[in-house]
Amino acid sequence: MRRAYYKNNWIAALLVAPQLIIVFTFFYFPTAQALYWAFTLEQPWGGGNTWVGFDNFKAILGDSLYWASIWVSIVYAIGSTTLAVGMALTLAIFADRQLSGYKVYKIGMIWPYAIAAPAVGLAFRFIFSPGAGIMMFVNQMFPEIWNPVENGNQAMAMVIIAGAWKQVAYNFIFFLAGLQSIPRSLIEAGAMDGARVLRRMRDIQLPLLAPTFFFVLVINITDSFTDSFGIVDTMTAGGPSRATNLMVYKIFNDGFQGLDYSGAAAQSIILMLLVIALTFVQFRYIERKVHYT
Amino acid sequence: MANISIKQVRKSYANSEVVHGVNLEVSTGEFIVILGPSGCGKSTLLRMIAGLESVTAGTILIDDKPVNDLEPHERGCAMVFQNYALYPHMTVAENIGYALKVAGLPKMERATKVSSVAASVGLTEFLDRRPGQLSGGQRQRVAMARAIIREPKVFLFDEPLSNLDAKLRVQMRQEIRRIHNRIRATSIFVTHDQQEGMTLADRLVVMNKGVIEQIGAPEDVYHHPASIYVAGFIGSPAMNFLSGQISATPAAAMLANGERITLPAHVAAAHDGKLAQIGIRPEALSIVPAGSGSFDAVFDFAEELGNARLYHFRFEDLTVSVLSADKPKVKAGVPMGIKVAMDAVHLFDAETGKRLLARGIVLEPVPA
Ligand SMILES: Nc1ncnc2c1ncn2[C@@H]1O[C@H](COP(=O)(O)OP(=O)(O)OP(=O)(O)O)[C@@H](O)[C@H]1O
Ligand SMILES: [Mg+2]
Repeated sequence: MRRAYYKNNWIAALLVAPQLIIVFTFFYFPTAQALYWAFTLEQPWGGGNTWVGFDNFKAILGDSLYWASIWVSIVYAIGSTTLAVGMALTLAIFADRQLSGYKVYKIGMIWPYAIAAPAVGLAFRFIFSPGAGIMMFVNQMFPEIWNPVENGNQAMAMVIIAGAWKQVAYNFIFFLAGLQSIPRSLIEAGAMDGARVLRRMRDIQLPLLAPTFFFVLVINITDSFTDSFGIVDTMTAGGPSRATNLMVYKIFNDGFQGLDYSGAAAQSIILMLLVIALTFVQFRYIERKVHYT
Repeated sequence: MANISIKQVRKSYANSEVVHGVNLEVSTGEFIVILGPSGCGKSTLLRMIAGLESVTAGTILIDDKPVNDLEPHERGCAMVFQNYALYPHMTVAENIGYALKVAGLPKMERATKVSSVAASVGLTEFLDRRPGQLSGGQRQRVAMARAIIREPKVFLFDEPLSNLDAKLRVQMRQEIRRIHNRIRATSIFVTHDQQEGMTLADRLVVMNKGVIEQIGAPEDVYHHPASIYVAGFIGSPAMNFLSGQISATPAAAMLANGERITLPAHVAAAHDGKLAQIGIRPEALSIVPAGSGSFDAVFDFAEELGNARLYHFRFEDLTVSVLSADKPKVKAGVPMGIKVAMDAVHLFDAETGKRLLARGIVLEPVPA
């Protein structure tokens, strides 16, 4: 194949410009802004920002509320990822077995991913509302058993379920594609070798799904750190008593409600570094173990 | 060790039938080759025996027990797949030993068996490798070993050699036959390569479009093809076909241009007046000066085969090929005489395509 190239560089520039503008406007510019804020502090009585070095970071890392937020984020990441991956895998396995109606089901499964996070949050807020619907019924049977407005663990569970529900569809697509790319003859060979359905799943399908599994895991964990804002915002607003005050939500809270731009900027830099590091570590060290050639 | 009995077996996919009532008896220890063109239903038949495909109608019996409703592993068959179907995430040893592991054999025993089977197919040095690190031939051996280790009653092969290069194919073919001679498990081998079929089979089953055209020893099938289809499929270079009408006096097949191919008198008498397809193998023809053969044909071109040449002639709108080791003087566009060895003529009914038989003559198939 011949490479197409342009004699006039300005045409090329024009073609890549939209992409560059988008990346610049929505990534580099805000990142630069955040960096600026993270290393400076607004003077109390006006007069611009002063350079403070790592003071903002030191302040955050010395703040027990920040560590609490990290802990909550980790709980959320593990909880929602486990649930979303587990559910999606189970559903994909059933769909892969092509039980009747699986085509309708396959399409039906895709939709939740198209719903915006705040909408998911709102929907689940109604579902889990202690005073309405199914939870009201539960509360009537066992008084006071469900009240996420006061019980932090319940609030966390609720947020995890909503977050996972939204992610299941995305994971499902990958798992189903992964399962369907396993050659049929391998499963048939397993059947000839005497392995029944569950045994084949354990010994053949799941190991071969490992690369997909790993990919989905990375995406889910990083997403749970960055993408959970909409759900927390609509469902719990970080409460009760900061029980669901995830890192992204705390950034928003400190920055736009507490007007501590520098603190929020420093937090967002930390979060960004954390996500980059997580992705790097996962791809670099874990991926090696799950590829077969 | 087991005999297999296939009775009126049919297979349909969504209203279209692809196997139309197949009957086949395989005796214990026999090596059967199912031969047929792509899409004729060989794999489907084999997979029904294996239990990987349901049987639409009819019965399959292994050791006189109907197996239609048994799971694959309950049938005692081992299968070697076309693409080998090795587990890519397991080592060679794990691949070979997987069936034993599933069966719950203790680790020590398994290891002993794996190493002895691996040794028998020359895989000892590769036990710790993954399939991805093996050559095609080595993978093929792993697939064989995986089947052998189960000591199956029945071996099923679905074109196991078609992914190998020509030389390796011949080598593996011989190895498969050697293994069979050693363990004598009943085997069914599917291929579309007629040479593979001829060389491996105790008995050859020629399939076409979901029906069996002929069952017989390779030799018989070659010398006494039951139909035009089999005659054209078996043998390389392929058989020539001419159409003509059989006449009793003179005893001959009259070709369209009035020339005639002499037939044995009793054969001609038995089918007087019949429209026939006359099949003659290229090696049964010889090139003689124009006018002195059975008919004249115009020389077109020749193919060098090393030990002989294949000469192509034009006759009417047909091509006639002659295999000859001596080098006749031919020139493109110049007619030559083609001489037919009389006892090598195969006659087929022009309408049904079935072989025309005459009692007590050389054309009669040898009883199986
Ligand atoms: N799952 C299926 N659904 C519908 N039709 C099928 C299916 N599997 C096979 N067929 C059809 O059945 C016929 C026989 O297929 P089969 O695989 O047995 O052919 P084959 O003789 O093994 O050919 P090849 O030499 O190419 O492997 C083909 O026409 C094929 O299209
Ligand atoms: Mg096939």
